[in-house]
Amino acid sequence: MYGVLVWAWTRSAAQYPVSLVLLGVGSAVVTGLDALAIVIVFTGADRLGGFTAAEVLFLYATAALAFQASDALLGNTELLSRHVREGTFDTMMTRPVSPLVQIATERFNPRRPIRIVLPAVLLALVLPRLDVPWTPGRAAVVAVMVVSGTAIFCGIWVLAASVQFVLMESHGATKSLTYGGGFLTQYPLSLFARDFVRGVTFVVPLAFVNWQPALYVLDRPDPLGLPGPARFASPAVAVVTCAAAALAWRTGLRRYRSTGN
Amino acid sequence: MIEVTDVARTFTVRRRTGRFRRVRTTVRAVDGMSFTVPRGQFLGYLGPNGAGKSTTIKMLTGILTPSAGSVRVCGLDPSRQRTTLARRIGVVFGQRTTLWWDLPLRDSLALVRRLYRVESAAHRERLDELTALLELGPFLDTPVRQLSLGQRMRGDLAAALLHAPELLILDEPTIGLDVVSKATVRGFLERLNTERGTTILLTTHDLGDIERLCDRVLIVDRGRPVFDGDLPALRARADTGRTLVVDLAEPGPPVDLGGVTVARVAGPRQWLALPPDANPAAVIAALSARYEIRDLALREPDIEEVVARLYQGVVSPAAG
Repeated sequence: MYGVLVWAWTRSAAQYPVSLVLLGVGSAVVTGLDALAIVIVFTGADRLGGFTAAEVLFLYATAALAFQASDALLGNTELLSRHVREGTFDTMMTRPVSPLVQIATERFNPRRPIRIVLPAVLLALVLPRLDVPWTPGRAAVVAVMVVSGTAIFCGIWVLAASVQFVLMESHGATKSLTYGGGFLTQYPLSLFARDFVRGVTFVVPLAFVNWQPALYVLDRPDPLGLPGPARFASPAVAVVTCAAAALAWRTGLRRYRSTGN
Repeated sequence: MIEVTDVARTFTVRRRTGRFRRVRTTVRAVDGMSFTVPRGQFLGYLGPNGAGKSTTIKMLTGILTPSAGSVRVCGLDPSRQRTTLARRIGVVFGQRTTLWWDLPLRDSLALVRRLYRVESAAHRERLDELTALLELGPFLDTPVRQLSLGQRMRGDLAAALLHAPELLILDEPTIGLDVVSKATVRGFLERLNTERGTTILLTTHDLGDIERLCDRVLIVDRGRPVFDGDLPALRARADTGRTLVVDLAEPGPPVDLGGVTVARVAGPRQWLALPPDANPAAVIAALSARYEIRDLALREPDIEEVVARLYQGVVSPAAG
C-alpha cells in the first residue's frame, strides 16, 4: 500500500519535471556539504574527540544513512499538524489505509530517497579505510546498526508526530528531536558534555543509532562506561522505540479532535 | 445500518482570560444524541452551524471517538474498527476533496481502487456505470486541479462509490454548486438510493436537497435532536399553515373573509394566511363569490421558515 501511494505521488511530482530535477540535484548536493564540512575540519586537526577523520566519517555516514532512510520513509509525518488544520487528515481517516502510511507518502518526491545515495557511497568508501581488523561480527554490526538506526529514527518521527495530536504546531519543537538527532549522531558523542550524552542514551535513545555499535566496530571504550552488551543493544532499543511510537500513535489517534467545519 | 445511543462528545476549550491565564471550559458538541437509521433510508441531517452535525458524522466514520454512549455503523464500532468500516461506507466532504490534486481523475479513481482493494473487473464495470450516471466522460483525463467545483464533486462522489458501499455519508455535497450541477448530483443520489438501495445520510444547508431527496429529516440543535420525522410532518410543525396568494381585478382594501387573515397587500395582490385546518377549496369558493379573481396560487408553508423557527427554538423541541 505504501508503494502504491509512493508511485502515485511520484507521478504527481513528475507533472513538474523541472522542479523534480532541480530538487533532486539540490538534495544530493546539500547532503554532500555536511560530509565536506567534516573533511574541512580535519584539515586543521588530526583528531576530533579522539577520533580520526575516517572514523568520524564512518559515524557520519552511518548516521546520515539511517536518518535519510527514515526521513524518506516517514519524515513527512512532521506535516501532521498541517493536515489536521487543513482537514485533510479527516479524509485520510475515512480510507481503509492507515493514516500514518497516507501521511508518510503524501507528496512523496523521488528526491527523498536520492538523499540516501550519498551517505551510502561515503560509507562504502570509508569502511576499507578504518584501521580495524574486519571480522564477520564487525561487518554484521555495521549492517545491523544501519537497519536498527533507521528503525530508531522512524520511531522518533512517529513519536514526534504523535505529540502533534496533543500540541498543535509543535513541529518546530519536535524538529529538535528529529533533525537535531540526525545532526547529533553524525559526530562522536565524546565531543559533547557527559550529561547530554546520558540524555541521548537513556531518554532519547539516539546513542544507539550508531554511537554504541560504532564503539564496538572501532574497538573503543565507552566514555560513559556502559557495559559491553550495550554495544549490541541497538536492535532491542529499536524495537522498544518503535513499540513506544506505535502506542503513542494509537493514543494520539484516539485523542484526535479534528477541526470544526 | 446506523445506531446511535446516548452519544456525547465534549471538547475542552482553553479560553484566554488574562495575559497568561487560560481557563479550561468543556463544550458539549453533541449531548445525549440517539437515533437509528434503517437500511435503505435517505436521511437528511440538518442543523445550524455548530449544532454538532459534523461532529456526529466524524463519530459515525470513526474519525472522532465519542466521549460517552455507543455508535454502531454496519454493526461495527467506528472508532475501534475504522479501517474495516471504511471499506463498507463511502464518505464525501463537500468542502474538500479526497482526490489527488495533480493526477488525472481516471488515475485518482484507479488509486482509490487500489486503496480499497477492489477487483479490477468490478472496478471497470462500476467506473463505466458511474461515468455514465455522473457524466464524468468529458473530464476523466483532466488533472483534478483543473476541474470545476461541480466536476470535482462528481469525481469525489464516484471515488466514494467505487467500492460499492452500503452506506454513503455526505457532508454538504451541494455546497457552492450551480443549479445544473446540483440537479445532476441530486438525480444521481436519488437513483442510488432507490435503485441500488444504498443508505444515504446527508447533511446540508440547502433545503432543496431535503425536499427533493429525503425520506426522513433529523434536525439537531445544540447537540441534541429537535425534530425527527418526514417532510409532511416537518411542514405540519409550522403553526403558520398555507398561504393563498390572490391577484384581484382591482387594487382594494384587504379582503374580508371569516377565519382568514390578510398577511400582506401589494396593489391587487394579497397574501392570505390560512389556518392549518382550513380547507383551501372552501376559502377560494367564498373568495370568488365576492371578488373577481385574476390569478391565484396556494403556497405550502415555507420549509426554510419552519427550519429557521426550529433552529431558534420557537417550535417546541419534541419528536415529530
